[in-house]
Amino acid sequence: MREVAVIGCGMTKFGELWALSIRDIFVEAALKAVDDAKVDHIDSMYVGSMTPGLFVGQEHIGALMADYLGTSPIPAVRVESACCSGGMAFRLGFFEIASGHSDIVLAGGVEKMTDGADVTYALAAAADQEYEVYNGITFPGLYAMIAMKHMHDYGTTKEQLAQVAVKNHANGTLNPYAQYQREITLEQAVNAAPVAYPLGLLDCSPVTDGAASIVLCAADKAKKYTDKPVKIIGSGQASDTLALHARRDICTLDSTVYAAKMAYKQANITPTDVDFAEVHDCFTIAEICAIEDLGFVKKGEGGSAVENKITTLDGSLPVNTSGGLKSKGHPVGATGVAQMVEITQQLRGEAGKRQVKNANIGLAHNVGGSGATCVVHILEAD
Amino acid sequence: MKSNVARFWREIPQRYNLMGNKCGSCERVFFPPREACPYCRRKSIGKMKDFKLNGKGIIVTYSIIHAGPEDFEEQIPYTIAIIKLDEGPQLTAQIVDCDINDVKIGMKVESTFRRIQEDGYIGAIYYGYKFKPVR
Repeated sequence: MREVAVIGCGMTKFGELWALSIRDIFVEAALKAVDDAKVDHIDSMYVGSMTPGLFVGQEHIGALMADYLGTSPIPAVRVESACCSGGMAFRLGFFEIASGHSDIVLAGGVEKMTDGADVTYALAAAADQEYEVYNGITFPGLYAMIAMKHMHDYGTTKEQLAQVAVKNHANGTLNPYAQYQREITLEQAVNAAPVAYPLGLLDCSPVTDGAASIVLCAADKAKKYTDKPVKIIGSGQASDTLALHARRDICTLDSTVYAAKMAYKQANITPTDVDFAEVHDCFTIAEICAIEDLGFVKKGEGGSAVENKITTLDGSLPVNTSGGLKSKGHPVGATGVAQMVEITQQLRGEAGKRQVKNANIGLAHNVGGSGATCVVHILEAD
Repeated sequence: MKSNVARFWREIPQRYNLMGNKCGSCERVFFPPREACPYCRRKSIGKMKDFKLNGKGIIVTYSIIHAGPEDFEEQIPYTIAIIKLDEGPQLTAQIVDCDINDVKIGMKVESTFRRIQEDGYIGAIYYGYKFKPVR
């Protein structure tokens, strides 16, 4: 396999983008990435998007985005694996270059969630429609059941969950692209309106419009375009049962464990070598499970790790320096690519006020549904 | 759920009678039924036999839903749980006939046949299993 590097990145502001359509935001992010990469052509493109059909009634968006980006007739395809559609688009772009088939590939992600669709229904389509959703479960409900079991088995507290939200909002104040650039207090987070007990409103990531884009290039050609290529040194992916109830352990996302193992092995590193991480905090409990399942802390110690400030911007392992899904926003199909934008900016030393000191190796963790799909990438500064 | 009724009636054996199946190779029980056993794989082909579950189990974890999907809005707040059945499989169902504050992890429950949701005033009424405490 050839080595592959990120040579350009771009994203839109995340938020409620009333004036912009799904094609507007995809093209805006893609043009920023292409401009950043200084390339004059791309060989093909992957568009991560969870459910544009339910959100805006538009399918076939691979070709649509190539059309409006002005890149037809190059190959373009939409990639779907629920909330990790973006990370998966990135992985497929990586493979296309690693295989030697193409030299320059654009991996983008997009979701337009505020055009009036029933968002709860659309997101629930990532769960088991006949055996979970039929009986009244919601996405917050699934993660709430993980949280309840985690609290029961390991003594994790509602305050520890809330601290994830407080930390990610603090990071979000330093990210000009974040949906919520304001701090919240522990008290606000703990006392927020209940959504699915034990999770309250401030334990949940928001409904967001947004797009992000990455330009990938064969590593041996990357220096032609940039002085600071960022190498992909590990890529892993795994699947698990679609229904949460059928899992080996409710509190462990085995797909994360397997995907991480695959990525660490390829990168030839251990979790202690990772300098910072972007993890899939669709709900606060998800960040606690993620840092455990990625091997940063032991199972059951995620809550106390957050409480002890290990994962803050100046902690020993900064997590979600971008603000995470919680504060940066979670346009589902764009999220995995936006994580790559943050990792790239950090590894280039271009993250401004939220720059992690001595950032050399960054990890991105993107989850589909309640954990039926997971994709993990490890990137290294050149 | 706004679908053709066939989508509902083809699941009736599972939803009304908790019909699962059992792998003839390793004896594991599945709900809903599977065409192949994920443990025995090709050894299980042709050996999956219908198996009716007795509907008794314990609560593994639960949540109280305060912001529900449109079809369940009238029922808010309601308790939903993952239940481990005596024969091994786990499933997701509402907990009823019990104060939401009394639900606990480890509580013994049994299945009960109930209305789950309805398709407006003139559409189909969808039934299935909910669970209640064993008294």
